[in-house]
Amino acid sequence: MKTNHIQTTINGDVTEFLCNADESLLDVLRDRLGMTGAKEGCGTGDCGACSVTLNGRLVCSCLVLGVETEGAEIQTIEGMANGDNLHTLQRVFLEEAALQCGICTPGILIAAKSLLEKNPNPTDTEVRYWLAGNLCRCTGYDKIIKAVQTAAAEMRGA
Amino acid sequence: MALDTPKRDFKIVGTRVPRPDGIDKVTGKAAYGADITATGMLHGRILRSPHAHARIISIDTSAAEAAEGVKAIVTSADFATPDDAGIRDIRDNCLALDKVLYDGHAIAAVAATSKSAAKAAIRLIRVEYEILPHVTDVDAAMKPDAPIVQSGRAFESVPAGMSQNVHSHVEFGHGDLDAGFANADKIIERTFKTAATHQGYIEPQACMANLGADGRGELWCCTQGQYMVRENCAAILGIEASQLRVTSSEIGGGFGGKTTTFIEPVALALSRKSGKPVKIVMTREEVFRATGPTVSTSMDVKIGMKNDGRITAARAELRYQGGAFPNHTVEFGAQAAFAAYDLAAVQTLGWGVMTNRPKEVAYRAPGAPTAIYAVESVVDELCQQLNLDPLDVRLLNAARKGTLSAYGPTFNEIGLVATLEAAKNHPHYTAPLGENQGRGLSCGFWFNFGGNTCVSLNLNSDGTVGVVEGNPDIGGSRASISMMAAEELGIPYDKVRTVIADTTSLGFNDVTDGSRVTFAVGLATIEAARAAKNEMCARVAKLWGIDTDAVQWEDGSVKPAGPNAGEHAPMSIADIAAIADETGGPIAGHHEVNADGAGVSFGVHLVDTEVDPETGATTVLRYTVFQDAGKAVHPDYVEGQMQGGAVQGIGWALNEEYIYGDDGLLQNASLLDYRVPVASDLPNIETVILEIPNPGHPYGVRGVGETPIVPPLAAISNAVSRAAGIRLTELPMSPPRILHAITQRRDG
Repeated sequence: MKTNHIQTTINGDVTEFLCNADESLLDVLRDRLGMTGAKEGCGTGDCGACSVTLNGRLVCSCLVLGVETEGAEIQTIEGMANGDNLHTLQRVFLEEAALQCGICTPGILIAAKSLLEKNPNPTDTEVRYWLAGNLCRCTGYDKIIKAVQTAAAEMRGA
Repeated sequence: MALDTPKRDFKIVGTRVPRPDGIDKVTGKAAYGADITATGMLHGRILRSPHAHARIISIDTSAAEAAEGVKAIVTSADFATPDDAGIRDIRDNCLALDKVLYDGHAIAAVAATSKSAAKAAIRLIRVEYEILPHVTDVDAAMKPDAPIVQSGRAFESVPAGMSQNVHSHVEFGHGDLDAGFANADKIIERTFKTAATHQGYIEPQACMANLGADGRGELWCCTQGQYMVRENCAAILGIEASQLRVTSSEIGGGFGGKTTTFIEPVALALSRKSGKPVKIVMTREEVFRATGPTVSTSMDVKIGMKNDGRITAARAELRYQGGAFPNHTVEFGAQAAFAAYDLAAVQTLGWGVMTNRPKEVAYRAPGAPTAIYAVESVVDELCQQLNLDPLDVRLLNAARKGTLSAYGPTFNEIGLVATLEAAKNHPHYTAPLGENQGRGLSCGFWFNFGGNTCVSLNLNSDGTVGVVEGNPDIGGSRASISMMAAEELGIPYDKVRTVIADTTSLGFNDVTDGSRVTFAVGLATIEAARAAKNEMCARVAKLWGIDTDAVQWEDGSVKPAGPNAGEHAPMSIADIAAIADETGGPIAGHHEVNADGAGVSFGVHLVDTEVDPETGATTVLRYTVFQDAGKAVHPDYVEGQMQGGAVQGIGWALNEEYIYGDDGLLQNASLLDYRVPVASDLPNIETVILEIPNPGHPYGVRGVGETPIVPPLAAISNAVSRAAGIRLTELPMSPPRILHAITQRRDG
């Protein structure tokens, strides 16, 4: 199979990689670039553990092909904190214990950040529907929803 | 204060400190099973049965062996013969012996230089099958003429003449049932069925194996128990336990589902054969088809009650199928069924049954949710028919200290009555309900477990402390273990770092199961800290030239015990650590124990639901969990267990099920078709923690992780039955099933 040369920007850094035509963006991130923060829970777009943003749009990276990302801007969990300063969502998730095993956490943080960029003042129902594509089996979602709202309030005040 | 006096005043235990693994988990740095790679590694892939039941006539791997990039192929012929029958079953589940026993049963595996090469190669393996008749339903499998899954597996407890699929029979209880039922004013007997569900951990099983021809190996995997993995794999590969070092990765959920091995022996066999590291990561489809679902059940429950609500007699007969191998889950169900009640006459019978389904694996309080669902449904229906308050009836019959439990032991300090009273006094219980709405409640119970546990606690030269324990952290246990160490030593929480040992670095530890870690590892940590404190007291006494009796431990320092001990400035842990090399060398504390006294756990759940009479769809409107935590070490994570368990139970009650076709094949092996609850399905889950100290733990701690999945099945069914105006007796209560029941009620 012919490999393809792709150039993207990931978390602000120009990044080049080679990939086969059948490799997903998730495969590229994890296997080619060593960025294992995005997780594969299903590979079929049902769990959201591999969530990233592609040109500002929230996507399951398992449903995007690596070759589709030529020239694209990609944001992953690895780029969410600014150095040792956690993003408000990351910090509040820790303060409010909005994670247990943590496997869904990168995807949920990326999805929640995407929500708050579009809607800084969501209702609980809006948060629940926005995150309906991100499965969490540990928490029952309660503390996740509350943490997103705490972070949203803090970010609105900032 | 004597070191063995129960401690009830805390500085750190009971607070909500940050978790030590938190930053890594919110920044994507935490390394889970699939996140490890090795230089020169190969990718493993497993060929699985497309049939529910078939004899393997032959396996031809020649075309696959010749394919590009293929370095090794293994079948069951590459495994040894373990002495232990249970481990032989695990082996035969990892790679089928002579028959495939269910859709998805592993047959052979390939290691190749890329994922795509491995995937292509397994398609080139030719398997010749003789298709056999199959059975997937528990009642059908018990019929004398049912297709036989495995022969000769029945225990002596099974009467002659039954289907060979029936492998076990258990019975518990006491008292005169006939007299009890004769004394009842009202008797209800119902039959229930529940579907098999899956633990649904978001992280599929994954491992990286490196095993040399000399029998020395390294294994990295996501598991609830690295020692269990080592023992299973060593026996299956025919190597010595000392030669296999197993390291547990961060674990992306388990809920009991990672208490066994599926891919690890296969990866080790591929690595041994290829001479290279081999990584296997399961797909979600493989997780559904071949890793542990729960039992599915068929159950009869009969309960007699006086007009005042007193239960006079109770009987349950449970039939649990647990897939293609024997298991003991029905025993837990039969023991747990009536645990919440103080009964004069009670009997539970259990039948364990094999079918052509994947080998059942533990899921949070295994066996209890279904049995208690059936019992609590009948109690609720009796309350309805006798016009009694369901909480008052449970309080009237509640097990308490001194109750002879239905499964044998007499209860010590238990929190059921306090939990029921908390529910009764909560505003949720009396909040008004609207049209098509119903309120349900249920008690829940789990035994809890202690088990084999080792902890080492090391004092560092700067006065900080390292704790080495052997149980994967599945819900924040490194935080709670560090808290208990800090509490006992009287030092700040952030001066303690807890790590999880590999199998060579610490003695054997039982699997992270039975809600045992905070209890048993906590207990061993406290005892290890006490051992270190004793050593520090002895060192300081020697330094001061006085008897050990003349010093005491207070607020993280060694002090003279009284005026006769002389004038000495107190020495802190840091002071003692700094000069340890002058007083006898490094200071550490250890504790090794097979912990007893876990203390049983009770909870009560209250739920309001609304049922749409046009569609049969259920909305969960309000949910409150009440549970006795003994002492809640980290309340956030106790609440998290209560909320997460409740939501898993909501899924079990309303959506989740393994659906098999007449062909015996699983029809919904994806997260789209096997639908776990998502955020928009749910309300907030309110929690009320009660703290009735467990006398078996120095701080009063009892396990909390499993009980919360037990009550939701009945609580939701009771709420839905009251909302829909008809008693439902089958799970899940999917919209078509509820609509059918409503239609039947309307049509009379």
